[in-house]
Amino acid sequence: MTQTQALQEYLLRLADSDMILGQRLCELCGKAPALEEEMALMNTALDLIGQARNWYEYAAELIDDGRDPDKLVFRRDAHDYRNLLLTEQPNEDFAVTMGRQFFFDVWHYFTLNSLTRSSDERIAGIASKALKEATYHLRRSSEWIKRLGDGTEESHRRMQDAVDILWRFTGELITPDDTDHAMAEAGISPDPEPLAQDWRGMVNEVLTQATLAPGAEDAWMYMGGKHGEHTEHLGFILAEMQFLQRAYPDATTW
Amino acid sequence: MAEWSLFEVFVRSKHGLNHKHVGSVHAADAEMAMENARDLYTRRNEGVSIWVVPSNSITASASDEKEVLFDPSDDKVYRHASFYQLPDEVGHM
Repeated sequence: MTQTQALQEYLLRLADSDMILGQRLCELCGKAPALEEEMALMNTALDLIGQARNWYEYAAELIDDGRDPDKLVFRRDAHDYRNLLLTEQPNEDFAVTMGRQFFFDVWHYFTLNSLTRSSDERIAGIASKALKEATYHLRRSSEWIKRLGDGTEESHRRMQDAVDILWRFTGELITPDDTDHAMAEAGISPDPEPLAQDWRGMVNEVLTQATLAPGAEDAWMYMGGKHGEHTEHLGFILAEMQFLQRAYPDATTW
Repeated sequence: MAEWSLFEVFVRSKHGLNHKHVGSVHAADAEMAMENARDLYTRRNEGVSIWVVPSNSITASASDEKEVLFDPSDDKVYRHASFYQLPDEVGHM
């Protein structure tokens, strides 16, 4: 794999993870537990989709085969998607929705923080803008984890269940592969080891405050999202998200 | 959710000098009220500062006191500084 190919892969991972999590959150439009929460969730979703657009635009320029961001989003099948498995997991109850958001936000925050110092100026620029949004996302999801974990008996039970359900998808966030190593060595992306330490440190800190137990460090982890091997959920997301573009390709008038 | 209380939200806009009441939010506590206020009332770039105040901390005048409180000032037109030309340099009054 050349460095340009590795960079394309890396950009698609960032873009697809933002896009799929954004799409997941949008499913809650009209269904959130409170008006305030609905607005907050949709704000987060739109932040993520906006960030995805920036990553896709850069990726599309490098791929340079005539596909624009819309084509990348609406005309690729599941095995071409490079999102983290965590982001495609279903919303379930509010505890799972916020748990998924929290695990992602911690990873997102530290990753973007490091990308602001990327040797690739375009990446550093996109990351600087995105970091402000991710900082707020993390603040909000951390607060919810603490409130639900250290709340009522039922909220504690549900939040602990959510941590247990989602834990198996967190290993992928902090386990580097060849692409991650290549990008880190080129000074483009974060060093994998400090990133993993930062992620574990903050997750443990917040879970402890929330009176929740993290999963085992040696728990078996699902990986493969970064290589296009997805859980069964992604196909359903794409079916809904891509229907119009697939049914009416290149339609310009709705 | 059933136990969430009401907070009044005040936002100071970019060019505004004072915080203005913009509405209210439900939240479990002040921190969450602040986040909810940010998400509801500043998403179109409206503000630079937010106050949230528990609604039950506000003492409001009663509507049946309206005449007693406000009618006496009805005929005191001389209390308005409308007889003076205000120099531009004075700015906000």
